[in-house]
Amino acid sequence: MRYLPHTDSERREMLDAIGVTGIDALFAEVPPSKLLRELPDLPLKRSEMAVERALESLAALNVPAGSVPFFAGCGAYKHHVPATVDSVIQRPEFMTAYTPYQPEIAQGTLQYLFEFQSQVAALTGMEVANASMYDGSTAAAEAVLMAHRLTKRSKAVLAGGLHPHYRAVIETISHYSGHSVGGATASPAQSFEAQCDSETSCVVVQMPDVFGRVSDLTALAAKAHAAGALLVVVVTEAVSFGALKSPGAMGADIVAAEGQSIGNGLNFGGPYLGLFATRQKFLRQMPGRLCGQTVDRDGRRGFVLTLSTREQHIRREKATSNICTNSGLCALAFTAHLTLLGEAGLRKLGSLNHASAVALAEALAQVSGVEIVTPHFFNEFAIKTPKPGAEVVDKLADLGVIGGVPASRLWPNDASLANLIIVAATEVTTENDIAAYRGALSEVLHG
Amino acid sequence: MVEMPKEFVPVKVETMGEPQTFTGNRGLAIEEPLIFEIGSPETSGVDFEDPLTPALFPRGEGEEAAALSSGGEGDSGVLSPLGERDRVRGDSFANRLGGLERSEPIGLPGLSEPEAVRHYVRLSQKNYSIDTGIFPLGSCTMKHNPRLNEKMARLAGFADIHPLQPEKTVQGALALMQELSRWLLELTGMHAVALSPKAGAHGELCGMIAIRAALEARGEADVRRTVLVPDSAHGTNPATAALLGFNVRAVAARADGTVSAEAVRGKLGPDVAAMMLTNPNTCGMFEPEVVEIAAALHEAGAYLYCDGANFNAIAGKVRPGDLGADAMHINLHKTFSTPHGGGGPGSGPVVLSQALAPFAPVPFVAKEGEGLTLVEHAGAAGETAHPFGRLAAFHGQMGMFVRALAYMMSHGADGIRQASEDAVLNANYVRARLAGALSQPFGDRPCMHEVLFDDRFLKGTGVSTLDFAKALIDEGFHPMTVYFPLVVSGAMLVEPTESESKQSLDLFIDAICKLAGAAISGDTGRFTAAPRFAPRERLDETRAAREPILRYKPPLPKA
Amino acid sequence: MSQVKYTKDHEYIAVEDGIGTVGITNHAQEKLGDITFVETPPSGKELKQGDAAGVVESVKAASDVYTPVSGTVIEVNEGLNDKPELVNQDAEGAGWFFKIKLSAPSELGALMDRDAYLSYAQEQG
Repeated sequence: MRYLPHTDSERREMLDAIGVTGIDALFAEVPPSKLLRELPDLPLKRSEMAVERALESLAALNVPAGSVPFFAGCGAYKHHVPATVDSVIQRPEFMTAYTPYQPEIAQGTLQYLFEFQSQVAALTGMEVANASMYDGSTAAAEAVLMAHRLTKRSKAVLAGGLHPHYRAVIETISHYSGHSVGGATASPAQSFEAQCDSETSCVVVQMPDVFGRVSDLTALAAKAHAAGALLVVVVTEAVSFGALKSPGAMGADIVAAEGQSIGNGLNFGGPYLGLFATRQKFLRQMPGRLCGQTVDRDGRRGFVLTLSTREQHIRREKATSNICTNSGLCALAFTAHLTLLGEAGLRKLGSLNHASAVALAEALAQVSGVEIVTPHFFNEFAIKTPKPGAEVVDKLADLGVIGGVPASRLWPNDASLANLIIVAATEVTTENDIAAYRGALSEVLHG
Repeated sequence: MVEMPKEFVPVKVETMGEPQTFTGNRGLAIEEPLIFEIGSPETSGVDFEDPLTPALFPRGEGEEAAALSSGGEGDSGVLSPLGERDRVRGDSFANRLGGLERSEPIGLPGLSEPEAVRHYVRLSQKNYSIDTGIFPLGSCTMKHNPRLNEKMARLAGFADIHPLQPEKTVQGALALMQELSRWLLELTGMHAVALSPKAGAHGELCGMIAIRAALEARGEADVRRTVLVPDSAHGTNPATAALLGFNVRAVAARADGTVSAEAVRGKLGPDVAAMMLTNPNTCGMFEPEVVEIAAALHEAGAYLYCDGANFNAIAGKVRPGDLGADAMHINLHKTFSTPHGGGGPGSGPVVLSQALAPFAPVPFVAKEGEGLTLVEHAGAAGETAHPFGRLAAFHGQMGMFVRALAYMMSHGADGIRQASEDAVLNANYVRARLAGALSQPFGDRPCMHEVLFDDRFLKGTGVSTLDFAKALIDEGFHPMTVYFPLVVSGAMLVEPTESESKQSLDLFIDAICKLAGAAISGDTGRFTAAPRFAPRERLDETRAAREPILRYKPPLPKA
Repeated sequence: MSQVKYTKDHEYIAVEDGIGTVGITNHAQEKLGDITFVETPPSGKELKQGDAAGVVESVKAASDVYTPVSGTVIEVNEGLNDKPELVNQDAEGAGWFFKIKLSAPSELGALMDRDAYLSYAQEQG
């Protein structure tokens, strides 16, 4: 078998050296009735060629985003990733390295994590960022738990525009860790501020929100702080950091974001990249790994994982989180892409995304019966159609257009949202894509 | 724009009387500054279509219209994605950002493509990796990461699909998730699998929440608030239990390092919700009384959570379901070869017994008519399912599912069994050849896929486990896991995995024997000065913790 | 009347006029290694004997600090914020953690005196 180096004679030699006659002697502690005699009921080994064929045929059943006019967002975005990025993350010394617990032979990993942390802090407008978390949704849940620890309160208030998956994750973790959650329904108009009281540890707001709405959170930050609560800002489209006022500038205390848009492809939902940033004074309550700068015995600058006493391998039951793994290679993809972009490139990317979305909005608004319901947006907005969104998106797919995410997919029980579709456009969106969407939508609604 | 002063001056090091170089480099060992010290905010290694970009920052109306209609000048000749239409638009482009444009500088450097490539290549050269050499980290299963996995994960049909695009456009992805589930269930003998957890610790959370949900359904969640954990457990176990509000009660091991059913029975009571057990355990031994332990737990109305970190010892040989497990997470990045990536991403699907299956979180894949569907909301789950909620956005680590399935299909049932046997063979070979030189805390007895040593063989030498590990670095190896498990003094946990050839093992064993000999004969300097040949010598971790520097700060301008 | 007593968790308490100065012992700081951070209880906090009163961290370990006696915290050593290394340099002097006003001085009777503690610490290894 191509991944197993031993020959049978080597195996025999090694068994001799150990002093046993057969391999099962080394499984002697297993209760005999539980040691499988028959092989599991699964296919036998296959050649690389055969495995390729089988997996390629499964892949061929899917419609890649790059092959059609594509407008789905809602927390995962189709962007162009430069070829260099994949080349970097396929460096074997990055891909097959471990967590840098032996820093002397892991300066590669540690330096890119330090650069990553620096970039994330700058993007979010915060003072310190960690070395990544699993994804935006779990980062948001960790932010809530951190707010509870810091304020010694137990209720999180979630804004209506928070991605329903993120809401569900926070609700699940809260319920099982003995905390509570309040907040608005998805109806954009409803105010949730009334739910803030002396039990509230944090207010969790997404910006741009799940409908693509952008809004200034400065006043909300002031209100939360006046009530003794923290402002947690969730961002699901990392490219927006290049175009919009930063959460830090608006008064955020913790930022929990999804970094997928930069460096990482859609991958059907994972692996993604949690970005987590906060104020310096909250550092000790921050979950996740942290990379810090120091010197070695010769006075040369180097990097190490630090402040590990917050983490599970030392604090065990008193850890700030149970998290062990981060999103290492996805963080590398993010930092490499962002390094290639630079500040000027990121701003340009932001402009292009917004321009694409504006062009899309103008085009769709021309289709009779379609209403753009988001006045201010970055690269994503919601449209209202005369027919249920799910049906429209389904028919658009038949016409070769992935027209966005119907709100009913995320809120199956809210009839008031049934006719909404959330659409996104990015720098990859072409004039032809927009024309195709307009044409197909027209046909679906009026054809 | 923010100034990006370039100020990295490599310290020139005189090592062991060797001559200095002018650059501080030593041949292929090249010092590499931070991106902030190389790049600038104006430089970019990415080109965009020009000159179409409408201004985001408010400009005078006249200026704006002029800029847009002047189309011809400065035209690179490349057609913009938005085409001609925008260039001749008469009305000024009014952005819809509601006045929230980011006007302050961000402080990000950019590098051209050649500079960026060099930066990352040079950084990569400072890393040890599985592809470099043996990576004998106990509990981590650093096996070879097959390149086929990478090729398959990058197929557009897997890599370029959106989690929320219409289900009929991703039937192949759903089928892959079903197929992965089939392999996991068959190998573990369990009843259902939750694919969404993003890593092992996340999987532990999933399994333990499922247990809590089952207790809630029985009306016993308020009573059963204690979780039993062996003192040798990985830190994530008590951390997970504490997160969920459980009290952790330690169960001591016997003199031979394993947990007795009697010891477990002694800690059982009506307040116990579950036990978290790693099997094989963190000392590398199969828990011989696991079946009785499971039975005792079930009798007492409690559940058995298995930490599946060490599944590589028994995949294809033993099924945790047959032993009585109620939930077990599987680390795809350990047993099933998905890359460790310098710390992540991982993937931690959880297999569940019949008792816990109804509580599996959303989303999960189900049959619907002729095709497959994702059940994403509790309401759509059907009558028998009571999902406890959701653990992450979207559907799980698809990129890792593809890689793991490619691995499984390549090995097949027979290859998986052979891999487990070779993993156990290799660890015992290391044990047998080092039994004379090193000390084993529980005596010299067969281990599973990893072998545990302690620091008694170093007693009186002035060399600690840490020093020994650092000397291994100079010999060209990544050290084994050190100081874990905590139950043993100066632990050294060696897990070679099945990927190591006999030649590779012999070289490693030989080096360790010689190092042990050197320590005992008083050659302490070799150890306390180590590592001398790595890209960095020992780093000041105290300083890093006392004066944390966690992001780049430009140096202050010189007066 | 002043006295110094020791606990099994390696805390010491130096009592004078009903006020106890509490810290960790020299033996403890040696075992922990370079101290990187100390968390002290807030001033004014009421504690019962054996309550967790703070945390002392080194690079690789974190230990809870328990109060040897019941009482009210009246002062904390602010110097430890910037210089946690004081605990390594002078654990039983300048590296003190907090001062507590004893509510039940008889509790001191159950603690070890210096000789007893030193033998105990030596046994522990």
